[in-house]
Amino acid sequence: MMKKHIIFLILFALVFGQTKIETGVDPDEWVLIPAGEYLRGMHEHVTDVSYDFEIMVTDVTNEQYVRYLNEAHAKGKVKVIDNKVMGFYPGDSFDGHKHEEKVEVGDKLHVPLSEPGIHIEFVNSTFVAEPAYENHPMVFITWFGAKAYADFYGWRLPTEIEWEKAARGSEDNRPYPWGYEIERNRTNYVSSHNLFEKLFKGAIGTTPVGFYNGKTYDGYQTLDNQSTYGLYDMAGNVWQWTGDNYPDVHYRYMRGGSHTNYEYNLNVWRRNSAGPDYYGMYVGFRCARDVR
Amino acid sequence: MQGIKIRLEYIFRSTKGLTFLGIAMISLITAVWGTLSGPMVEWGVKDIVVKLLGMELHAVEREGRIIMLYHVIAMAVLAIEVYMITSIVPMKKHQQTTINATITTGYLTAMIFGLWFAYFGHQFVFHGLFLLGQSLVFFSGLLLAAALWPWNSDYRVTDLEYAHTKSGIDLERVAFFVMTVATLGSAIFGAVTGSYWGNGHETFLAEDLIREPHKTPLQLAIIGHLHIMLTLIAVAITLIVGRWLNFKGILHKIAMPLMISGTIVITTGVWSVVPFEPIAHTIIYVGSVLVMLAALMLVIYGWKTQIRDRLEEQGIQKASLWQGLKALLHDPIKFGPLWQMVFMNFTVSGIGIFMAVKLDEIFRVWPAREERIALTGHWHILSGIIATIILLYYVDIVGFKGKIRQWFGWIVIVCSDIAFASVTVFSMKRLFTTEYGQQTVVNWTMIGADFGLASVLVILAMLMIWKLYDLFTKRGVWSKEFANPELDVEKTTPVISSNKS
Repeated sequence: MMKKHIIFLILFALVFGQTKIETGVDPDEWVLIPAGEYLRGMHEHVTDVSYDFEIMVTDVTNEQYVRYLNEAHAKGKVKVIDNKVMGFYPGDSFDGHKHEEKVEVGDKLHVPLSEPGIHIEFVNSTFVAEPAYENHPMVFITWFGAKAYADFYGWRLPTEIEWEKAARGSEDNRPYPWGYEIERNRTNYVSSHNLFEKLFKGAIGTTPVGFYNGKTYDGYQTLDNQSTYGLYDMAGNVWQWTGDNYPDVHYRYMRGGSHTNYEYNLNVWRRNSAGPDYYGMYVGFRCARDVR
Repeated sequence: MQGIKIRLEYIFRSTKGLTFLGIAMISLITAVWGTLSGPMVEWGVKDIVVKLLGMELHAVEREGRIIMLYHVIAMAVLAIEVYMITSIVPMKKHQQTTINATITTGYLTAMIFGLWFAYFGHQFVFHGLFLLGQSLVFFSGLLLAAALWPWNSDYRVTDLEYAHTKSGIDLERVAFFVMTVATLGSAIFGAVTGSYWGNGHETFLAEDLIREPHKTPLQLAIIGHLHIMLTLIAVAITLIVGRWLNFKGILHKIAMPLMISGTIVITTGVWSVVPFEPIAHTIIYVGSVLVMLAALMLVIYGWKTQIRDRLEEQGIQKASLWQGLKALLHDPIKFGPLWQMVFMNFTVSGIGIFMAVKLDEIFRVWPAREERIALTGHWHILSGIIATIILLYYVDIVGFKGKIRQWFGWIVIVCSDIAFASVTVFSMKRLFTTEYGQQTVVNWTMIGADFGLASVLVILAMLMIWKLYDLFTKRGVWSKEFANPELDVEKTTPVISSNKS
C-alpha cells in the first residue's frame, strides 16, 4: 500500500510538479445566501441574518489577486515600495482599551512580495502569479490587502456572522460545513498530509481552491467539502479574514482553520485573530457582496 | 480470600497503597485518553480507541469533555498529595483515616462517573455523581484543614532547627494549612461559576478568551480558578518534597514565612481578579516571587545536603568541583525533583514572565492560535513537571535502589526535560523562524516532545505493570509497604501516639 502511494507521489511530482492542477471549480463564481436564521457558535444561539447576500464560492486565488493588483496599480490605488504592495487606509477609531493599538491613517502593507513562499511577483511593472499556483488561495495578505481587494470591486469582506451562516447553513448544527465528521481526504488540515506537503516537504501547505470536490486526481480520491450552500474550503486550507472592526480591539478575526491546524480548529465556530497588518502563509480571504 | 482482603487493605488503607492506586488510575487515564490527541490522531490510533470503547465524541462538546477530563486527573493528583500530607504531617490516626477514605471515595467517584458522562453518552445521573465525587474531595479538604490546625498545642516544634514562632508554632504546618485553606477557597471560586452552568454560563476554555476585551465575572472567576489551583498543587508538592528531604535550618526558617505569605498573596491576587482585575496581576507577581524564593531555599538546602551526605559517605573531606558535581548527581531520584523546580524557571516561569513583558510587542502580534499554543504549552509543562516530581518521589517510596534507581531517575528527568524543552521551543518558534521556514523546527520539536513523553510514559507503564505483578506475589514489595505503610520522613513536630482527638 505504502509502495503504491510512493510511486503515485513520484508520478504526481513528475506530472504536476510545475503544472496547474485543474479542479473544475470556478473561483469567479458566487453563491446566494438567503436571509434567515441559523445556529451561531458552539452554543448554537439562534441568530437571524435578515437580508440576502452573496459570497464567493472559493477563496480568492493568486490569479484573481494578481488581476486585481494590475488593475489597481494602473489606477494608482496601490503602489510598490521596497518590494511591498502598499495602499491607503483611512484609519480606525481608537477606544484606548487595554492592549488595543492605534490603527492610524496612512499607507498600509497589503502584500510583502519578497516573503519566502509567496507565489506572486512584480516583474517589469506587472504582477504575475506562478503558473502552478494560480488557483491556490492568495496568502501572505494582510487584512488591509484583503479589504482593498474587496473595496476595489465594490464588495466587502463578510462579517463573522455572515461567514458562519454561509459555512454552516440554516438546516442544522453541523460542526463542519459538510456535516458532522471529518476525513483526511475531505479537506486540507494537519492530518490530511496533502499531496503538496508530501512532494515539497511541507513548504507548500495550500491546495488549489476547490481541490476537495469529490474528484479523483490521478488515483487520489477526494471527498466533496462543499457547504450546504455550495461553498468550498470553508474549513481547512487557509484561515479567512472577515470584515468586522469591533470596538476596543484592533484585532481582525479569521475563520475556517487552515492546513496547519488539527480538526477542532476547523469547526465552523472557531475564531483566530491578528492585527490588520499581519500576513501569513495560511491566511487568505474571500469576499461577500449585497444582492442588487 | 484472606489474600485478597490483605491486598485490598494495602491498596485502600495504607499511604503507599493509596498513592500507588492514585498513580495507577492517572496512568490508565493517560494511556487511554492520550490516544485521543497529538500524533495518535494522525496515526489513526484515536479512531480505533474510540470505536473499541464506544466513545461518543461530538465536536460541539469538546470543551466540556476536556474540562471534565482534567478535573478528573486533578482530583487524583490532589488525592495523592493529600495521602502524602496526612502521612508526613503529624495528626491523629483517625483523622488520617477519615481524610484518606473521604478523598479516595471522592476522586474515584468523580473519575469514573465524570469520564463516563463526558465520553460515553450523557447520562445525567453520572454528572450528578461526578459532582458528588468532587464534593467529597472538597469535604476531605475541610477535614484536612481541621487536622492541620497549626495552633493545636499538641504540635509544637521541639527541634528548634525547624521554622517556628516564639511560642513554638510549626511554620511548616502553617504553610500546609494555608495552602489547604487557599485551595478550598479557590475550589469554591470555580464551583460557584460551575453552578451557573447552563444558566447564564457557557462552557469555554480559558485559552480561547485571551483576546476578548471584555470578560464576564464568571469567565474571570474560571480563569482565576484554573491558575490558582495549579499553583497551589505546585505549592503543596514543594512542601511535600521539603519534608521528604527533611528541609530544616536557617533556609527552612527563611522559606516557610515566604511560602506562607506568598501563598496568601497569590491567592488574594487571584481572588481579586473578579472585582479588581487591573491590579490582580501585580498582586499575583508579588506572591509568585515570594513562593519562588521559598522554593529556591529548598533547592539550595536540598542540593547542599545531597552533596554533603554523599561526600561524607565517600569519606571525602575536601572535594573538588567535579567531585561535588558527581556527588550532587549520584542519586537522580532525590536530585530530580529539585532540578525539575529549577528547570521550570526556563520552561514555565521564565516564558510566562517574558510573555507578560513582551505581550503587546510580540505575542499579540502573532495570530491568536499561536499565542494560544504558547499558553497551553506553558501550563501543560507545569502540570507535567509536577507529575514527574510525584513520580520521582514515588520511586523513592517504592524503594528502588542501585541501577534501576539510576536508570529510572535519569530517564524520567532527561526524557521529560527533552519533551518540555521541545514544547517550549515549538511554542516560541515564531521568535526565530519564519512561517515558511518553520517546518524543520516543527518536525524536530515534535519528535523531541513525542519521544520524551513516550519514554516517560513507557517507563511509567513498566513501573505500574511491575507493581501489578508484584501485587500477585505472596511476599512482594507490596507486603513490605503494607508492613510499613507510612512515608519515611523526619517530622517537624513530635508524633502523638495516643488516638484521642
